[in-house]
Amino acid sequence: MATTSQPAKKHTAGAFDIRNFIGVLLGIFGVVLLFMGLFADKEYAKTGNINANLWAGIVLVVVSAVFITWARLRPIIVPDDVEAPAVDPTRPGPTRH
Amino acid sequence: MPTAVPALVPSATLIDAKPVDYLILLVYFVFVLGIGFIARRSVSDSIDFFLSGRSLPAWVTGLAFISANLGAVEIMGMSANGAQYGLPTVHYFWIGAIPAMLFLGVVMMPFYYGSKVRSVPEFMFRRFGTGAHLVNSLSFALAQLLIAGVNLFLLGSIVHALLGWPLWLALILAAAIVLSYITLGGLSAAIYNEVLQFFVIVASLLPLTLIGLHRIGGWSGLQDKIEAAAKAAPASAGVAPASQQLHSWPGQALTGFHSGFLSVIGIVFGLGFVLSFGYWTTNFVEVQRAMASNSISAGRKTPIIGSFPKMFVPFITIIPGMIAAVLVTEIGQLKNGGHPAGGASGKGVAFNDSLLLLMRDVLPNGLLGVAITGLLAAFMAGMAANISAFNTVFSYDLWQRYIRKDNSDDYYLRIGRLATVGATVIAIFTAGIASGFSNIMNYLQTLFGFFNAPLFATFILGMFWKRMTATAGWVGLSGGTIAAVIVAFLSKDAFGSLSTGALPLSGQGASFVAASTAFVVDIALSIAVSLVTAPKPDKELVGLVYSVTPKEARTDPLEHTYPWYRRTVPLAGVALVMVVILNTLF
Repeated sequence: MATTSQPAKKHTAGAFDIRNFIGVLLGIFGVVLLFMGLFADKEYAKTGNINANLWAGIVLVVVSAVFITWARLRPIIVPDDVEAPAVDPTRPGPTRH
Repeated sequence: MPTAVPALVPSATLIDAKPVDYLILLVYFVFVLGIGFIARRSVSDSIDFFLSGRSLPAWVTGLAFISANLGAVEIMGMSANGAQYGLPTVHYFWIGAIPAMLFLGVVMMPFYYGSKVRSVPEFMFRRFGTGAHLVNSLSFALAQLLIAGVNLFLLGSIVHALLGWPLWLALILAAAIVLSYITLGGLSAAIYNEVLQFFVIVASLLPLTLIGLHRIGGWSGLQDKIEAAAKAAPASAGVAPASQQLHSWPGQALTGFHSGFLSVIGIVFGLGFVLSFGYWTTNFVEVQRAMASNSISAGRKTPIIGSFPKMFVPFITIIPGMIAAVLVTEIGQLKNGGHPAGGASGKGVAFNDSLLLLMRDVLPNGLLGVAITGLLAAFMAGMAANISAFNTVFSYDLWQRYIRKDNSDDYYLRIGRLATVGATVIAIFTAGIASGFSNIMNYLQTLFGFFNAPLFATFILGMFWKRMTATAGWVGLSGGTIAAVIVAFLSKDAFGSLSTGALPLSGQGASFVAASTAFVVDIALSIAVSLVTAPKPDKELVGLVYSVTPKEARTDPLEHTYPWYRRTVPLAGVALVMVVILNTLF
């Protein structure tokens, strides 16, 4: 997102917001499990007669939605100019590139 | 597809994974590696800087703090202990971690942060000079290589169990993935991975625990089964009575002490005070997370926020282990003194296999994939954390300080990269040794535990007693370590057949006593030596010792403006109350 034309506007971290990242991954897992729960062998002998994939899938999709909504409601704003970390002579470290 | 439980059907692989399980695993790796590529290619400097470290919200650094420790040794080890000893294993969390984490945040973090050191050994150097620094950085670097090897071995045995590949191939492949993951991922991806890994682990172990409990008839069903199993166990197997397996206190099943009173003392002082404070407050892998935060307040809150999820980790690691002991046929046989064939190593089932076998028995394909992904993610992140902590200490504390002093930053970065490759290669060999001689690895781990125990004594005395001298630093550390090793030799089995058995101690109890001895000897020696040697002048100790550090350097000036739930001490109080409640409940 180019913000050069509107210097006052700040942009959000978007995909690099870790909450979106967690949300999408858990969402994919959830959808796969939902699909398994609905269409594949339920394997009731293993789970003790509960549709484990279906329930786990539902929970994962809900958690995924919570993370993505949270990231939408309170986005991380990336300032256009971040001050470079000051070089601290008592704490020398590798230079950033 | 077979609908019956494939408990005793021999198969080439331990777990019968289907394409959907591999799909889930693949999605995870695409995410992990993909974010590394994207982060490297298209992220501007500002986002990169903004997200990787200095401005991360406290819940992220807190979770990273926990995840760095949530590796193979913790997950497999704690579930194995749960299967073998039962509920007393929770002491490793509620007594053996939380108090020390709170102490790190409230008391010690201001000195680490305020003195602006880059690593824990560097604090040692500033406070006590070369001797103590060398002892600390060398033992830390060696221990990291060893633990990376153990993590890699467990990782390789999962791949072996899953795909049926020979162990050596699995080891090399797993090491190659970890290496590319460290070099590709870089700083931003490392933090993503640790936090992401936490959620994947919860998503894999929570369903396992809930379905396992459902299969066995809930908590009361688990109690009944453990009682029945303990009664039916042959006396030769040495299974602890059910009452000891089902209550955390006095924890005799864990310590091996006959007296309940001594067992409580051993757990509180040995595990809770010496071992755990030594680990959590001085281990650079953990402290590094908190050091990298943006303010002294955030640094102090990192371990405290981490303590909240940490309290509940035993419910998804120890309880599945306990379920496995009564639900999985092979683990039940093992606990009764049998030697069932199979297992991840292919050399017979071990308690370390508890989680894998429980997954095989209760998870349907799909959830099985999520569970495998969670384990692999944890093991790789654990190994990556060991290796990256090793890098820092090797490059800055050993190479820069003692071998090549004044070179460019690029030079030390290059040394760091070479150290990464070197550490990975060494980890492959250590893992190879671990697969052949599991006992030797246990003894080595016990030995490195002895380096940790006196560390806390030296740190805490050094932080609060300005009179303590540099000589006292290294004399105390070495004396404490030697005392612990002597106790281990005199015990029944801490060093296997090398131990003489002069002291009636065995199991975890022996290591608690050894650690406590190390602590007492270290304190006594440090005080004695300090009184006869010359202390450092006060002005060299500013920021390092409590009494000569001004209050402004130890506290965040803005802290009192935050609401109570964002302040260090009230948060720590809440955590402490919660952990006391958990201890009384179980």
